Amino acid sequence: MPSILSISALEKHYKSGLTALGGVDLEVERGEIFALLGPNGAGKTTLISIVCGTVTKTSGTVLVNGRDIEKDFRATRTTIGLVPQEIAIDIFATVWATVNFSRGLFGRAPDPVYIEQLLRDLSLWEKRNSKIIELSGGMKRRVMIAKALSHEPELLFLDEPTAGVDVNLRRDMWAMVRKLRDKGVTIVLTTHYIEEAQEMADRVGVIDKGRIRLVEKTAALMQQLGKRRLTLMLKRPMATIPAELAEWPLELQAEGNQLVYTFKADAEGTGIPALLRRLGELDIDFKDLDTERSSLEDIFVSLVERT
Amino acid sequence: MLINRNGIWSIYRTEMARTMRTVWQSVATPVITTALYFIVFGGAIGSRMQSVGGVGYGAFIVPGLIMLTILTQSISNGSIGIYFPKFTGTIFEILSAPLSGFEAVVAYVGAAATKSVVIGLIILLTATFFVQVQILHPVWMVSFLLLTSIAFSLFGFIIGIWAKNFEQLAIIPSLVVTPLTFLGGAFYSIDMLPQPWQTISLFNPVVYLVSGFRWSFYGVGDVSVAASLGFTMGFMAACLVLLWWMFKTGYRLKP
Ligand SMILES: Nc1ncnc2c1ncn2[C@@H]1O[C@H](COP(=O)(O)OP(=O)(O)OP(=O)(O)O)[C@@H](O)[C@H]1O
Ligand SMILES: [Mg+2]
Repeated sequence: MPSILSISALEKHYKSGLTALGGVDLEVERGEIFALLGPNGAGKTTLISIVCGTVTKTSGTVLVNGRDIEKDFRATRTTIGLVPQEIAIDIFATVWATVNFSRGLFGRAPDPVYIEQLLRDLSLWEKRNSKIIELSGGMKRRVMIAKALSHEPELLFLDEPTAGVDVNLRRDMWAMVRKLRDKGVTIVLTTHYIEEAQEMADRVGVIDKGRIRLVEKTAALMQQLGKRRLTLMLKRPMATIPAELAEWPLELQAEGNQLVYTFKADAEGTGIPALLRRLGELDIDFKDLDTERSSLEDIFVSLVERT
Repeated sequence: MLINRNGIWSIYRTEMARTMRTVWQSVATPVITTALYFIVFGGAIGSRMQSVGGVGYGAFIVPGLIMLTILTQSISNGSIGIYFPKFTGTIFEILSAPLSGFEAVVAYVGAAATKSVVIGLIILLTATFFVQVQILHPVWMVSFLLLTSIAFSLFGFIIGIWAKNFEQLAIIPSLVVTPLTFLGGAFYSIDMLPQPWQTISLFNPVVYLVSGFRWSFYGVGDVSVAASLGFTMGFMAACLVLLWWMFKTGYRLKP
C-alpha cells in the first residue's frame, strides 16, 4: 500500500517572489501522528495548504494514498480533513448547521447519528443550536475540528491546533488526537509548542526556510541528539576540579557548590557509575543529585541556528 | 463520486437559508421599490402619456421594471455569495472540498438565480395590483426570466471573485449596470429616442434583454426575439468561459 502522504520536490514561489517551499520531500506513514515543527514563516501552513488544495503548488508532486492531488482531487480531498490556523466559520450559522454543511460539502450523505457523537465527543452537543457568534474562542476552535472530522477523513491536518488555547483544552485536544489515531486516522499537526510535539508525535519533522531539515522518530531524536546533565550538590565547595577527574567533561557551578557533568546517553552507557566510584575514592561527598534531559526545544533551537 | 451532488446541495441550501434569514429585506425592498415606480411612472406620469405600441404606459414598463430588478438582484446575490466567504476566510472549506469549480458555480449561481426569479415573480404579482398585465408567451417569459437571472448571477459571481474590497464589489453595478439599465429601454421604447441615440442604444446589451422580455408579454419588442435570445445566451457563454479560466488558474481564489 502506498504511504498516505507522499511529497516530492515540492516548491512554492508566491507571486510576490517569495519562496515559501524550496523543494520539500516528505513521507507520512499511515496511522501515525506527525508533527511539523518550525519557526514563524517556515512554510508549515503553505505545505498543508497545498496538500489540501487551498494554495496552488509551483512544482513537484503530492500524492495522497498514491493519487495525485490535482489530477485526482476528488479522491484525495474526500480523505482529507483540515483545521486551519485561523478560525473561519460563518458566524451566523448554528453549530449543527455548519457541521452538517461540511459533511455534505465533502460529498457525504447526511448522518445525524455520527454528527451527534462527534459533537458529544467535542463537548459541543449542548451548544448545537447556538450560533457561532455566541461561542467562546475555544468552542469555535472545537467547531472547526468538528467540521474537519464531519466527513470522517483518513488524514487530518491540524495547523497549530492549540495556539491560544488554555491548558485544559489543550490536554483535551491531545487526548482527542490520540483517540483519533487509535481509530486509524493519520494526523499531521504543526506547532510551535515543542512539548506538544514531544508529547504527542510519533515522528517529528523540522522545517525551516521552506526546507525540511530533519525527520526522525521522536524517541530516537531525543536519544540521538538529547544531551543529559548530571548535577551533584557538593557538601563542601570546590575551588578547582581535581586532575583525577580529567577524563569526564565536568564544570563547577554555583561558586563551587555544584559539579555538573554533561553527557550523551548512548549504547556505551552514561559514564555515571565510574564517575561516582572515582568521587568516592577521592572522598568527595555530595548531599543530592539531579539529572536533566535536554528537551526537543534545545534540539530544535540548535538545528535552526545551525542553518 | 462523479458529481458531488451532496456538495452542490449543501451550498445551495445554505445559500438559500442565508437568504431566508433576511427574507423580509430580500422581498420587501423590491416590492416597495416597484410599488413606488408604479405610483410615480405608472400613475403620476403614465396617466399623461399615450400608450406605447398599443400598450398602456403602466403595463409597458412592467417587463422593464422586472428586468431592472433581476439584473441588480442577480449581480448582487451572485457576487456576495462568493465574495463573503472570500472576505471572512470561510472559502478555504470550499476550496479544500472535493468540488469542481463548475459544481461550485452551479451551487452558488443556482441559489442566486433562484432568488432573482422568485423576486421577479413577486414583482410581477405586485404589478398586477396596479395595472392590467397580459402575458402572450408565458413559456418564453419564464425562459427569459431564468436565462437572464442565471446569466447575470454568473456575471455577479465573476465580480465577486474579482473584487478585492467592498468598493470594487459595488463599482461595476453602480458605474456600469445601473446606467445601462436606465438607458436600456426599461421605461421607453427606443423608437422614442432621436437619432443617433437610437443606433447607439443598439450597442447597449440591456436593450436586448428588456426587448425580448417585453416581447414575451405584449408581442412587441425593439429588436428581434432571436437577437435577444442570442445575446443572452452569448453573454452567459462568455461568463462561463471566464469562470472556467478563473477556476483553472485559481485567479484571486488561491494564492
Ligand atoms: N498568500 C501569500 N502571499 C505571499 N506570501 C505568503 C503568502 N502566504 C504566506 N506567505 C509567505 O510564505 C512564507 C511561509 O508562510 P507560512 O504561512 O507557510 O509559514 P508558517 O510556517 O505557517 O508560519 P507560522 O508559524 O507563523 O504560521 C512566509 O514568509 C509568508 O510571509
Ligand atoms: Mg502557519
